[in-house]
Amino acid sequence: MTVATAASRARRLGRLERPALTGVLVREVVNFSSYWRSSTFSSTVEPTIYLLAFGFGFGSLVSQVAGYDYVDFVGTGTVATAVLFSSAFPAMFGTFVKYQFQRTYDAILAAPVDTEELVTAEALWIATRAGVYGCVPMVVALVFGLDPAWGMLTVPLIAWISGLGWACFGISIAGFAKSFENFNYVVSAVLTPLFLVAGTFFPIDNLPGWAQFLAKLNPLYHCVELVRHAAFGWEGWSDVLSLGVLVVWGLVLWRVSIYAMTRKLVD
Amino acid sequence: MSPELAIRMRGVVKRYGPITAVNGLDLDVPVGTCVGLLGPNGAGKSTTMRLLTAQSIADEGELEVLGYRLPGESKVARAECGVAPQLDNLDVTLTVEQNLLVFAHLYRIGRGERREAIERSLELAKLVDRRDSRVDKLSGGMRRRLLIARALVHRPRLVLLDEPTVGLDPQVRQELWALIDALRAEGTTILMSTHYIEEAQRLADTVLIMSHGSAVAAGPPARLVAEHAGREALEVYGPPARIAEVEADAAAAGLPTRRTGTSVSILGVDGPDGYAPDGERRPANLEDVFVLLTGEEIA
Repeated sequence: MTVATAASRARRLGRLERPALTGVLVREVVNFSSYWRSSTFSSTVEPTIYLLAFGFGFGSLVSQVAGYDYVDFVGTGTVATAVLFSSAFPAMFGTFVKYQFQRTYDAILAAPVDTEELVTAEALWIATRAGVYGCVPMVVALVFGLDPAWGMLTVPLIAWISGLGWACFGISIAGFAKSFENFNYVVSAVLTPLFLVAGTFFPIDNLPGWAQFLAKLNPLYHCVELVRHAAFGWEGWSDVLSLGVLVVWGLVLWRVSIYAMTRKLVD
Repeated sequence: MSPELAIRMRGVVKRYGPITAVNGLDLDVPVGTCVGLLGPNGAGKSTTMRLLTAQSIADEGELEVLGYRLPGESKVARAECGVAPQLDNLDVTLTVEQNLLVFAHLYRIGRGERREAIERSLELAKLVDRRDSRVDKLSGGMRRRLLIARALVHRPRLVLLDEPTVGLDPQVRQELWALIDALRAEGTTILMSTHYIEEAQRLADTVLIMSHGSAVAAGPPARLVAEHAGREALEVYGPPARIAEVEADAAAAGLPTRRTGTSVSILGVDGPDGYAPDGERRPANLEDVFVLLTGEEIA
């Protein structure tokens, strides 16, 4: 290449370029071909077990909750559980492994890829998986008698948006964590309570006022609400608000995750 | 802008808290040459490599890679560079070919040329018949060849090799030297860090000796030896007391010495003043210069 052509080219590549995002996504897709079995297993079997255990275990005590058959109530609620399990957890552990042990991110950042593109592509990939895996409990519930509805076609999208936020949450935690052990605090103190108080297994309406207020700040609750309304009938502005919460949560965590990983990867 | 220089660093400083890893480094890598960055562990070689890909951001100084200013234009520069890191970061559950495919995408090779680029890299790494092997089934030498071939998949103008042969058998090391030499013959510019003196001597047109984050000497290996160690060295063996005595005498005669572990080497004995105890004469080498300039203690 002559000096003249080099000088006439752009001195600076843009941000969030498609070739960079594609490169990172190709790496994930090719890798997925080597571990999809275990990943699909853990992301789908666990929520299905919750669905069956609660649905039929509790279902034998309470047949109706909030006006729905309990199996239907849990079947739609555990979509959010599946989203959480297939986004926040892989994002946390996968990100940590990739920068700490496999040093994958060092290799990627030596190529024409910025941290912003790296994190964005990773989050998009995890969100896409969550969009697919998230539907599994609902499909299982359909087998067990949940009535199909057109609104259910939006569930992959709801799961995707929700998964994007949780993926960014997981990446942020991995970025801020000093060691693997720190994840225990996050799982016990943050994820488990959020997972339980999201209206998945019991409605939050009967909780004390302060707990209801906190539950409404929980993005998982809004995912549960949207999925339930997609299956049983939309509820207007309340759904718009839930969608808004998920979008804002996703956008904020997206920027936080980029900040956290830049701090970690570029010194 | 210095189009004739592939890398230009001026007064570069990089601190990590109280530690100054790179301390006012000047480095020139002319296009089409192979420059060896030689220094003991902790001299700042790996930090220098990270600075060149903007994975570390310098606190002070100027950096240019292929005429692009860092860190602002680093992404364009990185598109034309290949990097083989010291620590193997291949995707071990993928095959040889899949690893190259991923990097063909990361380095934005167009759909039409991807196939050919991967084949070329496979041949370069002599892994054509192992293309479908998973990386965790390869030997250490094969993995290192793949790591280097991966860095070359997009035919970069500049290649950064961080300790390319560290921890490998002598036989495997020679294979890699042949690979790097072939690259050099094609006119690719190479910056290679190493702490193996023989490696620098064989492959590098110019050697830059680093110590405590800055350059202590730079030039072609032969010139560095002539300048700093003279033509011949005298190797004196003996018990520690005898070695200490020889050292003191040499110091009195104004000659530099260095210990080799089992002996003391007196450098510059080819001079006219003629202090020369009994010992074995040998040509001075780059190792003499290295130890002389970077000190004997290990930090």
